Amino acid sequence: MGNIFVIIISSMLVSNVVLSQFLGICPFLGVSKQVSTAVGMGAAVTFVITIASAITWPIYYFLLEPRGLDYLQTIVFILVIAALVQFVEMVLKKFMPSLHASLGVYLPLITTNCAVLGVALNNITNGYNFIESVVCGLFTALGFLLSITILAGIRERIEYNDVPHSFKGTPIVLVTACLMAIAFCGFAGLV
Amino acid sequence: MNSCTERLKNGIITENPTFVMMLGMCPTLAVTTSAINGLGMGLTTTAVLILSNAFISLLRKVIPDKVRIPAFIVIVASFVTIIQLLLKAYLPFLDSALGVYIPLIVVNCIILGRAEAYASKNPVLPSIFDGLGMGLGFTFGLTCIGICREVLGSGAIFGKEFIPSDYHITFFVLAPGAFLVLSFLTAIQNKLKMPSATNVETAGTEIACGGNCAGCTGASCVANKGLVEAERAAAKAAKAQAAKEAAEKAKAAKAAKAAAEKKED
Repeated sequence: MGNIFVIIISSMLVSNVVLSQFLGICPFLGVSKQVSTAVGMGAAVTFVITIASAITWPIYYFLLEPRGLDYLQTIVFILVIAALVQFVEMVLKKFMPSLHASLGVYLPLITTNCAVLGVALNNITNGYNFIESVVCGLFTALGFLLSITILAGIRERIEYNDVPHSFKGTPIVLVTACLMAIAFCGFAGLV
Repeated sequence: MNSCTERLKNGIITENPTFVMMLGMCPTLAVTTSAINGLGMGLTTTAVLILSNAFISLLRKVIPDKVRIPAFIVIVASFVTIIQLLLKAYLPFLDSALGVYIPLIVVNCIILGRAEAYASKNPVLPSIFDGLGMGLGFTFGLTCIGICREVLGSGAIFGKEFIPSDYHITFFVLAPGAFLVLSFLTAIQNKLKMPSATNVETAGTEIACGGNCAGCTGASCVANKGLVEAERAAAKAAKAQAAKEAAEKAKAAKAAKAAAEKKED
């Protein structure tokens, strides 16, 4: 139980997926103009990463490893994730139209999000068991949701500020991300 | 041969993936803690880019248009796996330094972007040179950022220390330093009005990312842009229609009520 708690704290705060592992920078910088869209993107990423961790673990340990095919993990995982995103979109459209209306537009953008593949590969590298993998996936994704929502909130405020001309646009967002990363460094002592 | 040299120049200078297009931000930020790591990552990506461009260009008439993205992903992933195994065997220090970022070359948008934009439409030789140019441009960008961070953060270039350790600003080799170095780099580009994805005006669309596909990093979603926009427009129209109907209903109800009140009078 203590082990799970350590995974929760470290995957969500200490080694935050965006601010210290640099995975999923593209949506972090691209889809963080408004809080509402940022939350939508974060929720979609959470959904996909959690399911992807739950599916890639049995595929690796029951299909690839017993047959000595573990070197194929990159190819298999990326295909599984691409198929999964399509499948999740179809299922949501059919059975949960309201959820599809709010998350659907973000789903096609997620296939090339490196956080999904990164978490799946990290779960294997760290030798987590099934429960630990799913917990790690869920809380890594919640860490993404947390940081993208904070960044979007700050960006909404920056709109009203007098930013030096050459820092307008991406540079000030990167400075904001830098300050957030410093703040998240403060969590390092927690685990 | 002319088109080949033009491709090289295009990749290294005109459309440099790091400085001009701002593609592949994840490895740019993550592995540039030292110049050697940046160089290693750049050359690994170059190798994958040349091989995948050559292969995709060879198969461009065989791959059906509808499944081209999954087909590209499989080709790229195969080459990444080969390169990863080679690195593990011959350069184990680089493999352990780059870690999970080597398999993540699969989702590096430069590679899918070049496959989609160039290799799937052009003959083999120019595609190979396109991959070489883009790869060298990426290597150049990563090495420059790596040198900046290594000099400031650990007072060394390619591991040769020349500043005493009392004057090292460790901040620059940590995670926040990556964001800061990149932000100053883009700010300088804006100041000098150099061509860069950061000072391109974004077209006003409904999509969250601004619909700026030229400066975007998720290359495979370009095809989805129209689809998403149409979906949003349809949803908006449906909402407007519903609002209109509701307004009409309310009006009718009001009229009926007024009529009833008149009757009572």
